[in-house]
Amino acid sequence: MATEEEILTARAKASAGERLTLGDAMALYEDNDLLSLATWARAAKERASGKNVYYTVNRHINLTNICSSNCPLCAFQVEAGDARGYVMETEDIARVLEQAKPIRGLSEIHIVSALHPDKPFSYYENIVKQVHEALPNVAIQAFTPVEIVNFAKITGKSVKEILTILKADGLSALPGGGAEILSDRVREIICPKKATSAEWLDCMKTAQELGLQTNASMMYGHIETVEERLQHLITLRDLQDETHGFQAFMLFPFHPAHTKLGEEYHLQRTGSWEDMKMMALSRLILDNIPHVKAFWVMLTMPIAQLALGFGADDLDGTIGEEKIIHAAGAKTGSGITRAKLEAIIRETGYEPVERDTYYRPLTSKEEPVCD
Amino acid sequence: MFSPKEYQDIEDKVRSGIRLSREDGIRLFHCTNLAWLGMLADYARQRMCGDIVYYNVNCHVNLTNICTSRCKFCAFGRDADDAGAFAMTKEQAVALVRDAMRDPHMAGLHVVSGLHPTWTFDHYLDILRTLHETFPTLYIKGFTGVEITHFVEISGLSLREVLQKLKDAGLQAIAGGGAEILSDRIRGELCPKKATADEWLEVARTAHSLGIKSNASMLYGHIETLEERVDHLLRLRELQDETHGFQTFICFPFLPKHTELGKTVRQTSAWDDLRTMAISRLMLDNFRNIKAYWVMLTVPVAQIALGFGANDIDGTIHKETILHDAGATSPRALQEDTIIRIIREAGRIPAACDCNFNILHVFDGSEEERNVVNGN
Repeated sequence: MATEEEILTARAKASAGERLTLGDAMALYEDNDLLSLATWARAAKERASGKNVYYTVNRHINLTNICSSNCPLCAFQVEAGDARGYVMETEDIARVLEQAKPIRGLSEIHIVSALHPDKPFSYYENIVKQVHEALPNVAIQAFTPVEIVNFAKITGKSVKEILTILKADGLSALPGGGAEILSDRVREIICPKKATSAEWLDCMKTAQELGLQTNASMMYGHIETVEERLQHLITLRDLQDETHGFQAFMLFPFHPAHTKLGEEYHLQRTGSWEDMKMMALSRLILDNIPHVKAFWVMLTMPIAQLALGFGADDLDGTIGEEKIIHAAGAKTGSGITRAKLEAIIRETGYEPVERDTYYRPLTSKEEPVCD
Repeated sequence: MFSPKEYQDIEDKVRSGIRLSREDGIRLFHCTNLAWLGMLADYARQRMCGDIVYYNVNCHVNLTNICTSRCKFCAFGRDADDAGAFAMTKEQAVALVRDAMRDPHMAGLHVVSGLHPTWTFDHYLDILRTLHETFPTLYIKGFTGVEITHFVEISGLSLREVLQKLKDAGLQAIAGGGAEILSDRIRGELCPKKATADEWLEVARTAHSLGIKSNASMLYGHIETLEERVDHLLRLRELQDETHGFQTFICFPFLPKHTELGKTVRQTSAWDDLRTMAISRLMLDNFRNIKAYWVMLTVPVAQIALGFGANDIDGTIHKETILHDAGATSPRALQEDTIIRIIREAGRIPAACDCNFNILHVFDGSEEERNVVNGN
């Protein structure tokens, strides 16, 4: 329990926009003053990105759901031989790319998948090449460090070699997923077979050194302690001090439905109070990461809009088909138009800015024809 | 603390306990700093009523959806020969409540219904009396100002007589619905066949004079202007100055699905819902309680509303009907332990109460709490 004095010190630092220690963060968490956190987070957001709230026109592709990792936290993966299993082949990708091509302002293809037990690295490499060839001006944000580490394992190459090859094939950026909670105690329970904390961090560091754009994330609301959550944020901040390579941070509240973890530990979805509190605390702790995303597919649009009042400055994209979170029971629609997103942002008093993967503002404002 | 300079005067007023004017209210509706609005409303809430959040373990009883009023914002009302029209018998109402009584903490009923074209006032009274006599331990809150105005019309009795008969039959408090927006321009367009603004207010005034407490509400997010929202709050505040008989104020965001009005009106955003909640808390300085009605707001937004001035989260409800006809996506009922968890996560103290805000159990860490949480 934080003392009254510790709470007052932490509040003063947050209010002044000073860097918070783990102890400060713990004190603010316990203090549970949601509206003060929101006020300070709003100021932090405005220091980082002024009145801008970003969004991007992107398409998600999930190549396969057949996974050798079998993480208890996941509702998406199935084992080989399962009737629900699927793998997208060259023709399937070609079809998606055909549909994506006419979308005006499309700036990013986002590819995140399972760790397929049999597919060789060349399968993934070829897909990056295929996407890059079809859409040379569209950024490819693909493969979390968990996938990259897996590629290194199945090929015997180093992470650096893998990333260098993929970059040459057309990869622009790594998404921030797979970080979960960067604590090996927690990972041993929620995802024992996949990349460790150190592997995740090393992969990001290497990617950043190679000039790939990267994001970071946290999945919370399962078996982690509050201290582990807040330490996770500090760990990310420490790496960012060193590399300045992360552009954005995303929060993933854990959706327990249809997961082994949820069932075994009788987990309930965190409340929106907790979600907004973590949003504001993340913005305050991560004082060196420029952007905080409110990923509406996970939060639902009403809550994602509210998050713009709690420190978030990015609503992510006009996403096509998202499968991973919907497999865990997300009830959000799977796409939204630019006009609707802009209206949602304007209502908060902020200015919508359409961006590319690198957070460069785009000038094209035509409505995507597919929506 | 951080506050937009242009609103400093309003913040100063709130912190000194000075009443906000109509103009202040309108200006607040143009403020986009949601965190600041919330903080100010939370300050007012804390000063007015502390950290307890009230909820009911209750059962909604909607006797009929057959209604002569057929308001444009309603997805519940039906004509008698429409598919889905229903009118409960006395026995059916008793059976519904008996089912709800399987919850050992069931404390009371919320009885709100359509304006049935052929039922007499005596018929309503008979059902009320039967429920009261069959379930003497349950409180009964029910009938909006609109229904009570209708009873006056169909019975030929005076308003005072109608209210006295309802009270004698077991009614302990009047529901807050039917206020919509207390503007005859709005009512003329949306609900011309039911109680006028003055009639609705007169029911509350008379009830309060008979010692019957009532609630108040606002249905917003349809065709009203922001000024009309503020004027609505002021009319309630004015009457409350006179009678002090209102217990809680409920914000109802309009749910457009399956309503006639819904063809042209979009649902409010959570952003609008929370600022409206906060501004209501700030303007209604003589109302003790502000309700975050989870059925309409959704549970996640209702929980955050506890930081925007609300200190009442309604109840378990047993089985909600009216708003689910309008596409409400929230569950039809909440478990008591879910309500307790929602309130606790917001750092507040849950208290089960009756329809007059008498506390039945407070969950402040005492022995009793453990019994209730364990489901005894």
